[in-house]
Amino acid sequence: MGNKQSIFTAQQLDAYQDCTYFTRKEILRLFYRYRDLAPQLVPLDYTKQPDVKLPYELIGSMPELKDNPFRQRIAEVFSEDGEGNMSLDDFLDMFSVLSEMAPRDLKAYYAFKIYDFNNDDFICKSDLEKTLNKLTRSELTEDEVKMVCEKVMDEADLDNDGRLSLEDFQHMIVRAPDFLSTFHIRI
Amino acid sequence: MPRKGAVQADDVSVDIDDEQSDSDDGTTKRRANRRQAGGGRGGGGGAKGRGRGKKAESDEEEEEDEAPKGRRGAQNKRPAKKRGGKKDDDDDDSEEEAPKNKRGGAANKRKGGKGRGGDDEDSPAEKGGKGRKGGKKGGKEEEDSKGKKGDGKGKDEKNKKKKKKDDSSSDSNSNSDEEEDSMSEGEMARLMEEVEEKKKLIANIRNKPWRMKRRLVLLREAQQFVDKFEGALGKGKGRKWYAYKVMMTKKWIKFQRDFENFRTACIPWERKIKEVESHFGSSVASYFIFLRWMYGMNLVLFGLTFGLVVMPEVLMGLPYGSIPRKTVPRAEQDTAQDYAVLMDFNGYCKYSVLFYGYYNDQRTIGLLKFRLPLAYLMVGIGTFGYSLMLVIRTMAKNADVGGGDGDEGEFTFAWKMFTSWDYLIGNAETADNKYASITTSFKESIVDEQENQKDENIHLRRFLRVLANFLITCSLGGSGYLIYFVVKRSQDFATRDDLSWYEKNELELIMSLLGLVCPPLFETIAELEDYHPRIALKWQLGRIFALFLGNLYTFLFALFDEVNTKLEEEQSIKNASIWAMKEYYANFSRLVNDSESTPPPMNPADVIRGPCWETAVGIEFVKLTVSDIQVTYLTILIGDFARAVIVRFLNYCWCWDLEAGFPSYGEFDISGNVLGLVFNQGMIWMGAFYAPGLVGINVLRLLSSMYYQCWAVMATNVPHERVFKASKSNNFYMGLLLLVLFLSLLPVVYTIMSLPPSFDCGPFSGKEKMFDVIMETIDLDLPAFMGTLFSYAANPGLIIPAVLLMVLAIYYLNSVSEAYQNSNMELKKKMQMARDEEKNRRNNTDSTNQVMKDLEDLLPNRSLAPPAPPEPEKPPEPEGKPTKTRGGAAGKGVDLQKDVSLASSNPNAREPVTRAPGARGRGQPPGGRGRGGPPPR
Repeated sequence: MGNKQSIFTAQQLDAYQDCTYFTRKEILRLFYRYRDLAPQLVPLDYTKQPDVKLPYELIGSMPELKDNPFRQRIAEVFSEDGEGNMSLDDFLDMFSVLSEMAPRDLKAYYAFKIYDFNNDDFICKSDLEKTLNKLTRSELTEDEVKMVCEKVMDEADLDNDGRLSLEDFQHMIVRAPDFLSTFHIRI
Repeated sequence: MPRKGAVQADDVSVDIDDEQSDSDDGTTKRRANRRQAGGGRGGGGGAKGRGRGKKAESDEEEEEDEAPKGRRGAQNKRPAKKRGGKKDDDDDDSEEEAPKNKRGGAANKRKGGKGRGGDDEDSPAEKGGKGRKGGKKGGKEEEDSKGKKGDGKGKDEKNKKKKKKDDSSSDSNSNSDEEEDSMSEGEMARLMEEVEEKKKLIANIRNKPWRMKRRLVLLREAQQFVDKFEGALGKGKGRKWYAYKVMMTKKWIKFQRDFENFRTACIPWERKIKEVESHFGSSVASYFIFLRWMYGMNLVLFGLTFGLVVMPEVLMGLPYGSIPRKTVPRAEQDTAQDYAVLMDFNGYCKYSVLFYGYYNDQRTIGLLKFRLPLAYLMVGIGTFGYSLMLVIRTMAKNADVGGGDGDEGEFTFAWKMFTSWDYLIGNAETADNKYASITTSFKESIVDEQENQKDENIHLRRFLRVLANFLITCSLGGSGYLIYFVVKRSQDFATRDDLSWYEKNELELIMSLLGLVCPPLFETIAELEDYHPRIALKWQLGRIFALFLGNLYTFLFALFDEVNTKLEEEQSIKNASIWAMKEYYANFSRLVNDSESTPPPMNPADVIRGPCWETAVGIEFVKLTVSDIQVTYLTILIGDFARAVIVRFLNYCWCWDLEAGFPSYGEFDISGNVLGLVFNQGMIWMGAFYAPGLVGINVLRLLSSMYYQCWAVMATNVPHERVFKASKSNNFYMGLLLLVLFLSLLPVVYTIMSLPPSFDCGPFSGKEKMFDVIMETIDLDLPAFMGTLFSYAANPGLIIPAVLLMVLAIYYLNSVSEAYQNSNMELKKKMQMARDEEKNRRNNTDSTNQVMKDLEDLLPNRSLAPPAPPEPEKPPEPEGKPTKTRGGAAGKGVDLQKDVSLASSNPNAREPVTRAPGARGRGQPPGGRGRGGPPPR
């Protein structure tokens, strides 16, 4: 396994393997994916931990994300500055959570963050409306949207505070049969 | 004196810095900065500054740059605080250490505590200083926790604990003059615990929803801590052992990681699947994942068969032409190399290592004394055993991961909202389809919700459903009869030689055609039934399954007929063969007239052979498999590729839009393909015992079909219009596979256990039954007592109780699981009830308002109270109860009145009277006025 790569030190790679669900090879592959987004910005040497961030425009144009209605939210949630500008660490983080190996709870946590558009740690009606409009490209009428949002609240809001807390969300999502298979991006 | 403590702390931190710079160069700059800062400030001020840093760490989303410094600060602070708190924390709850560790900085705390082991006896003044610091820090911590409030669950608790700790430390310095040992028993245990904690953290750090940067830092700290103190643990005798254990664990972890790296590198087609996935979503990809899984399993079966049966026979067995069973008979030799004959797996193919008949019945072969017959039987059984185990394990794993125990309908809309988008999609067209299908499904659910099924003309629908089922049963029976008929006919054909190509391959063609024609036919018939698409899909799958199964079993029964006739035939041939042999020798001695000389052995090509039914069965299965491959590939080529080409290029000169109109492009038929794969595998399982080469053919088939179908689906198919979910069906397919496995196990085991093997071909020739080879091995190769042991074990007196026991165990486990299920249901019901209650109590504001308003209209009129002008913004939440009261229990009403009167005791309650009168509130009961009192929530 001693093929030459001078991008990371061995310790760095080990640390990344400890912190993500990826193997060495996948980490390197992700690095190259990251670098391909902006070869002029990203250096080929990460042993010094350069402070590089790629703007959201580049991240959002990745084929994995470009058709996702929530791409902006994903980038925002996983980026440190909350604006969607991602460093390599954020990038690895994102794909680690979205990988096949990540446990349900972790995925649920980040899914919650993604659907929580206004970052208030609750999914409220306006978040639901936004989600729905993104999912259907605003093709439902206003009444329909309202009704669906009410139904969702009705179903999932366990403590009846009119918004979904993380617990409500987890309670609902861990029972969903499709969550794991769809909240997943293969790299 | 306080200064001293701080300086010490700084020393500690510097020490650590040095260490860290060994392991990591990246943050040197930052660290240098920080060290400066640490050095610059002194004593309490320093602690304070660091405390600030610490806070920054906690909400690092805002001030990322501060974070490392803050962490560092926390580290420095710890030892100082530790010294204050240490005195009493032997009897303090030790588990409060644990959460603290996670917060970073803890790595050095111990060190601080221990490093001081020698110059321990501090003056009270110093302790006081520390106590002050501790107190200050407590304040800081408070801020800290405040900043964190929203940060998520669990952390507040942690903070609280810490605060408690701090308090105790600041309190304790007055009376804490007890001994402080360097390494007592409890200390050790605690250290051990801490190390374990760290290790757990290292193992689980990827599961924490933290930022990568924080994770990296924490990981590094934890690792350093573990490295540092792991060696210190264990004393005397245990120490070496402990160190050894630690080393081995490390090696093991490293090995595991390397192995994992290797394993993931070995998984093929990840890219291809991803490509398909992003074009078609997870449902189509699930087929390819299934295919890959199948390929892996077949690869193992292939390894077993070829490694233990085929290769030994080829390398060590007798060569071709040495004995009759390995030689093409004289009569067939002229045509044995013809292409047509070979394609029918006759001629040289039939007498090759691919089929059962080729193997010799020598007990051991070659220098290694390899017991081929035994190996043959064991591999046959092992194939089933391995497949069974693998399928069941995968099913269990799927069930575990799938986890979706939610009832249908409980979260319909929520799931639709949050899980319907397929994050895998990376293709604009698919995304469009997905948007459309999501919109449709939402609309459907809304319609469903609004009007629960309008059932018009239920009689017609029932009639149509019965009719459809009748038609389908007819076609199932028809196809079964057709196959039986064809097999019978092929037996007649077998005796003739002037056969056309069609007549030779009739059976396979008919079976493949049935598989091709019937599913669409069923689909057309199913239109009559007018089921919901999801239910319709299940019916469709079940029917196709029944069709395939029926065909397969008809085929098998017909085959058994053939085998039985062959077995009868065999007896006479055996006699003829022996007679011919005798005749040959007699002739030889008569002709040569020399009774002493041993005659040259008869040419193996001339010996009269039995029909060797095993090889015949094997050939049938191989032919079936091959024709299945051909039909599948041709279907793809014609049905998808040719269609796509025509649609694409004729579209320029056609009267209507071919792409959007009638033929359009094909969709990938997931269920059909999966079922095809499952049944193919069933044939492999059945045939592999009689044709070891079949597994090899299947591996090739799967390999090629992976590439071919990937190409086909990418080139010619369009994404589904209604993208249906595959995740649930995953285990459904596995269940089908298990069923097929079981069904294909039956005939093979039956033949092994009860049919006599052919007398002149195959590894078991000359035995009464195939499994006699095991008896033989036990008798001849194992020591005698093993034989008796086995005979005891095989005694019905032992087997029957064992079976009984197993049945009992199954029954017990079954009832236990049922009980769990029941209690689960009970809990669920309880939760639902609690929820509803809560809802009713709290939620009456809006939802039931309309009803309440109406009732309110009625209520006051009855009470005949003076028309007091009521409040317009009636607080609705107590009103919910009156509605209930009206509904039923009068007793409750009394209670309510009490409530109301209580509420009215509020002097402000009368205030709303001055408001403008509303139409509905006229004539409130006396209590009713009070009811307006509490401001609306």
